[in-house]
Amino acid sequence: MRKFDTKIQYLQYRAMTEVSRAAWNNTLQEEILDIPRRIVPGNIPTMRCCVYKERAILAERVKLAMGGDKSNPNVIEVIKIACDECPASGYEVTDSCRGCLAHRCQEVCKKDAITFDSKQKAQIDKTKCIDCGLCAKVCPYNAIQNHTRPCENACSTVKAISMDESMAADIDGDKCIACGACIYQCPFGAIMSKSYLLEAIDIIKSSQNNTKYRVYAIVAPAISSQFKYAKLGQVISGIKALGFHTVVEAALGADMVAASEAKELIKKGILTSSCCPAFVDYVHKNFPKLVDYVSHNLSPMATIAKYIKENDPTAKNIFIGPCTAKKVEFQKPEVAPYIDCVLTFEELQALFDSKELDIVNMEEDLLDNASYFGRIFARSGGLSDAIVQGVKEIGNADFVAEPVPCNGIAECRRALLMLSRNALKGNFIEGMACEGGCISGAGILTRGDKNKADVDKHSKIAQEKTITESVSQLP
Amino acid sequence: MKLVVCVGSSCHLRGSRQVVERLRKLIEENKLEDSIEFSGIFCLNRCQADRVSVKLDGKYFSLLPEEVDSFFQDEIMSKK
Repeated sequence: MRKFDTKIQYLQYRAMTEVSRAAWNNTLQEEILDIPRRIVPGNIPTMRCCVYKERAILAERVKLAMGGDKSNPNVIEVIKIACDECPASGYEVTDSCRGCLAHRCQEVCKKDAITFDSKQKAQIDKTKCIDCGLCAKVCPYNAIQNHTRPCENACSTVKAISMDESMAADIDGDKCIACGACIYQCPFGAIMSKSYLLEAIDIIKSSQNNTKYRVYAIVAPAISSQFKYAKLGQVISGIKALGFHTVVEAALGADMVAASEAKELIKKGILTSSCCPAFVDYVHKNFPKLVDYVSHNLSPMATIAKYIKENDPTAKNIFIGPCTAKKVEFQKPEVAPYIDCVLTFEELQALFDSKELDIVNMEEDLLDNASYFGRIFARSGGLSDAIVQGVKEIGNADFVAEPVPCNGIAECRRALLMLSRNALKGNFIEGMACEGGCISGAGILTRGDKNKADVDKHSKIAQEKTITESVSQLP
Repeated sequence: MKLVVCVGSSCHLRGSRQVVERLRKLIEENKLEDSIEFSGIFCLNRCQADRVSVKLDGKYFSLLPEEVDSFFQDEIMSKK
């Protein structure tokens, strides 16, 4: 049964599983140094130059599984020894250059950066080149290639990644929005998010089977697109078997947000969403003048968590989702009182296996708290549909919601630029930092086109059909 | 009085919304907003086939949505 898309995810999962297993057994101190050797036994390297480097990198993964570098406030970290220091020289002429007569590359270059050597081969003057890529496009032999780093490419809008003096990737925490795009794009698995697994295990253990206090799992709606090897009801059973009191849909928080955000939109006339923490962070860091346009609603995660704690004051809430930016959000002062810990779906998988829970052989439990509209928040365009519906349900005929769904941080940036020039074609920005929405978050197990179809399918079977009805279920 | 309705998945599928909506209405109609602390909890751990779990001052009940009126009369109005 395939659980992950890549071997990198598998390695991090192994480290997280071993750390979690030892944490449940209270043997982490004794076992910690043995974990890398357990994952990479023998003397034959399969990934790097030698098993010693492989184990050294795994030791770093173990550290991240235990919470990472405490002196680094960012939740996204570079494992410097795992970074392969990819070439990042920009556009270069390769050996495929035939020294032709057409010289389309020179023709198209607006910076006069291209000359020809004595063998008629093209040369790029790097002092003039601006990496526009026009020459590469027109070369009939595809002889000009762009050497960029996958991590920097992934961060081309946010521009938080550069090279340090040793050529390894370096993340500027002041710019980083913790979306985790670089985590998925780095082919060497050199960028990871810190894990709060140990905190989650401690919260569960200290509850003494939910007698000291109750531990709630708040699951993101993207869960219906994950754990494809099992049924959703079995995943819910698995979460409860870990020691959670119960499982609640964050999508109910999304219904509550949709209802209140629709009102806020009508009142203010123009608004952006606030449910994607990476998007909100991006606005704060890059468009400070637009911060007032960001909805004042807490995110769906924090909204439902607040309700739970207001009705059960001893509750501890652990959010489980696809998102690395939630690991930043839950530590913010306005959210910290409501959310005690954040895990990703990858981390949930590690927890299942650390307790050897075979979820495919479990009974199916129930998960039904939210409406269709709350659930589709998980994919790009869903929040826009929910806002249109929310405005409709309020019954204000004079106001029409005109959402601008922004799929990925580059589209968010374009919409924010338009808003800053009063030229936005619409009155509501749906800001989703990940392309595809939460179903493509950095903490998912599997990505692909099927994720959207799975979310839509699960949304359609929700018992509540409208936002108003869904919100009305809560006393 | 403390009135808690289970709003967990299992009770939700059995009609906890209808129970909540009816109770909310009865509380309003009888102007009991100040004397009843009305709240919801995700799972009272009393899942029962076809019925919604309700807790009134520490005592558990399980109701069908259509039983809310008689519950309200017997357990709340008559004991006020």
